[in-house]
Amino acid sequence: MSGLNLRGMWAIYRTEMARTRRTVWQSVATPVITTVLYFIVFGGAIGSRMQQVGGVGYGAFIVPGLIMLTLLTQGISNASIAIYFPKFTRTIFELLSAPISSTEAVFAYIGAAATKSVLIGLIILATATLFVPIRIMHPGWMVAFLLLTAVSFGLFGFLVGIWAENFEQLAIIPSLVVTPLTFLGGAFYSIDMLPEPWRTISLFNPVVYLVSGFRWSFYGVGDVGVGVSLAFVVGIMVLCLALLWWIFRTGYRLKP
Amino acid sequence: MSPVLSVSGVTKTYRSGQIALHEIDLAVEKGEIFALLGPNGAGKTTLISIICGLVSMSSGRVLVDGHDIVQEYRAARAMIGLVPQEIALDIFATVEDTVRYSRGLFGRHAAPGHIDRLLRDLSLWEKRRARVIELSGGMKRRVMIAKALSHEPDILFLDEPTAGVDVNLRRDMWEVVRRLRDRGVTIILTTHYIEEAEEMADRVGVIDRGRLILVEETAALMRKLGKRRLSIMMQKRIEAIPLALAGWPLRLEADGERLVYDFDANAPDTGIPRLLRDLGAAGIDYKDLETSRTSLEDIFVGLVEGRT
Repeated sequence: MSGLNLRGMWAIYRTEMARTRRTVWQSVATPVITTVLYFIVFGGAIGSRMQQVGGVGYGAFIVPGLIMLTLLTQGISNASIAIYFPKFTRTIFELLSAPISSTEAVFAYIGAAATKSVLIGLIILATATLFVPIRIMHPGWMVAFLLLTAVSFGLFGFLVGIWAENFEQLAIIPSLVVTPLTFLGGAFYSIDMLPEPWRTISLFNPVVYLVSGFRWSFYGVGDVGVGVSLAFVVGIMVLCLALLWWIFRTGYRLKP
Repeated sequence: MSPVLSVSGVTKTYRSGQIALHEIDLAVEKGEIFALLGPNGAGKTTLISIICGLVSMSSGRVLVDGHDIVQEYRAARAMIGLVPQEIALDIFATVEDTVRYSRGLFGRHAAPGHIDRLLRDLSLWEKRRARVIELSGGMKRRVMIAKALSHEPDILFLDEPTAGVDVNLRRDMWEVVRRLRDRGVTIILTTHYIEEAEEMADRVGVIDRGRLILVEETAALMRKLGKRRLSIMMQKRIEAIPLALAGWPLRLEADGERLVYDFDANAPDTGIPRLLRDLGAAGIDYKDLETSRTSLEDIFVGLVEGRT
């Protein structure tokens, strides 16, 4: 046997997607409900007292940010659990003993995590259209940002899952790093609304670039140029891939 | 015939500095049942884990049917099935799904017929739609075996297969092992139960503190088992074996209070009556005689203790 182990990849992908179906409430319904709550609070209660941001109604303005917020947290948690759980239950022995390359396994796991993220993103978008009118100026770019972000943060989550040695460590990155960065990353406001020095400080937050690029694909306006945003997403992806490559080369936390 | 598994110069030093294996060399022939025997922590699981790709070796080379396990890992691993010591399963999946998953993971096309037969052979058929979490410990172990056999491996590794296993499962498992052997599957098992090795294995390898100290055909070991031992407790302790008895293969033990004579119980002449007459002629009085069987256990303990 040589060449790609496509059947192996498919087996992983299918099993991961089956896991989503088993936990459909946790995987799909929770983000949808959370989004509706955000809409009621930020879009309905607060948004009605807000003026337009960059020529876009506040309700519509927050939609790309909300999708990004969910994409990031879901991407990380899905992919990190996907690899952490086999480590925890020791079923990872089977993956390590199978005739499948690390790259193939990562593709399958990340593919499943990204599929899930993208689906959730689209469900949120559909939910949002029930509340506010939404137009998408650059649908191609919108899909590109959606996919790139889902994959990048799937990879990031995979790294977290390999690194984590217990459930606390598994939860610490999403809750203590990613959520604050996302909230401070312009999901609910334009960073131009911030006073200095916070505006400048915000430019060190990678999430600003993700949200900005994604929002640009909707409304043609962003806090930073779309090229910069794109470079950021791709940069994160390359960084994660490089780290993963190193992990598989050295067996870090996977093979004694 | 070239061996189906060839291990040469394999060593393993863990990151902690602990040396788990010192230069292991081993060749296993196709269709053989090979038992790796050794006390806990001897390195049995480390060796198996290296061959199966779970642990990276520090140096050495392993070939599976001629395929290097590092460079040609796909070809090598596709031939191997592993049942690890611990039960490790996705407890939320159904029995059928998790066995099918294993086959897919190993790159094999779906073969419902094979999976069904496997589930029947392992008495899992009734439970095929049940989730793993609903199964008893014994049933879970059966699922582990089904998963390892799902891709029809040529070499099956069983790590401590009967540790904490009930009689029925033990019987079924050996039945499966025999059937696999009849089909030409090579089986390598680790155990610290000597009877298990005696019962099943064609050859036995004894591993202790990271060294393979003996590899022998079980039959040859069994012939050694045919040996019995006569212990002669003497009235008075002696300093040395008298010259008159120099022709006998005797050993002096217990500070000169006991003479030990090993003999073949199957031989037409055990030599005991002559030995007792010669003892009397040499003026040695004895107060007690005892015969015992030297077991594989003795051989094994002797080997391991002889190294301390």
